[in-house]
Amino acid sequence: MRLSWTLSRCATIGGVMTASPTKADPGVEEDLTPDAVVVADTPWVTVVWNDPVNLMSYVSYVFTSYFGYSKKKAEKLMLQVHEEGKSAVSSGSREEMERDVQAMHEYGLWATLQKSE
Amino acid sequence: MAGFVRDRRSKQIIATFSAFEADLIRSLAAQLVELLHNEAAVPASDDPLAALFDFTGPIEEPDDPVLARLFPNAYGDDAEAAGEFRRFTEGTLRDSKSRAAGTIIDSLEDAGLPAEPEGEELTIDVELAPDVAQVWMRSLTDLRLALATRLGVTEDDEEYWASLPEEDPRAQAHHIYDWLGFLQETLVLAVSGRR
Repeated sequence: MRLSWTLSRCATIGGVMTASPTKADPGVEEDLTPDAVVVADTPWVTVVWNDPVNLMSYVSYVFTSYFGYSKKKAEKLMLQVHEEGKSAVSSGSREEMERDVQAMHEYGLWATLQKSE
Repeated sequence: MAGFVRDRRSKQIIATFSAFEADLIRSLAAQLVELLHNEAAVPASDDPLAALFDFTGPIEEPDDPVLARLFPNAYGDDAEAAGEFRRFTEGTLRDSKSRAAGTIIDSLEDAGLPAEPEGEELTIDVELAPDVAQVWMRSLTDLRLALATRLGVTEDDEEYWASLPEEDPRAQAHHIYDWLGFLQETLVLAVSGRR
């Protein structure tokens, strides 16, 4: 069976967190909602990591569906995961981030939380 | 097999499977349910293809690579916090993933998939409400993660899989993994109203 379709996959990345996810791509920042001021003050972030299995379309779908992000913002975050290996997709209190990480695991995404800088 | 589309009139997400395809999805979902419940390992099979689909290996939960992928550590650099998080969330996540796989099985059987399909002409018309389609999406992801973990799928490895002889059971399993990816892609597009 050979399927004639193109499927975009997120790349894999090994290892552990090394860089701060708060140093987000400026292109992502400009997309922040009016909550940006609150978000910037909060000390924890949810990081989604690249994996070789999840489809780019699905990852974007999860970001719009769960976080309520615009399609544009969701795709930007998805591409950051894909190209840079990870992306900080939400920020807030530790409890809120644990909830987000649990939700990401429910969706099958590889997510962790960590202190923001 | 054309994958999922959204029916414009009913807004339902629909797909038509052969009995073989539907039975295959059901079998994978059932194995995922078993693995998630961490039941006793099924007897080892002499059939290498069957062994590849055996998600219910004897390896204990924290060691099983599929479970490790489905329930990754939430804290990369804090083992104690990761353990606490796991303690409070893994049971819930297991139940949720198990229920989702059960939803796939129910959908297929409600659509007429018999316990032991024999007639090759039988087709299974699955019709999913949008919320059920989202449950399918999550569970297809789990099935793909499980298969990819067992197969050792990595980034940009298509050439390797294509180079395996057709009769290699790993090549056959990878075809099925690929096919589940196709289904998933069409499902995402259909739910998003783009197909």
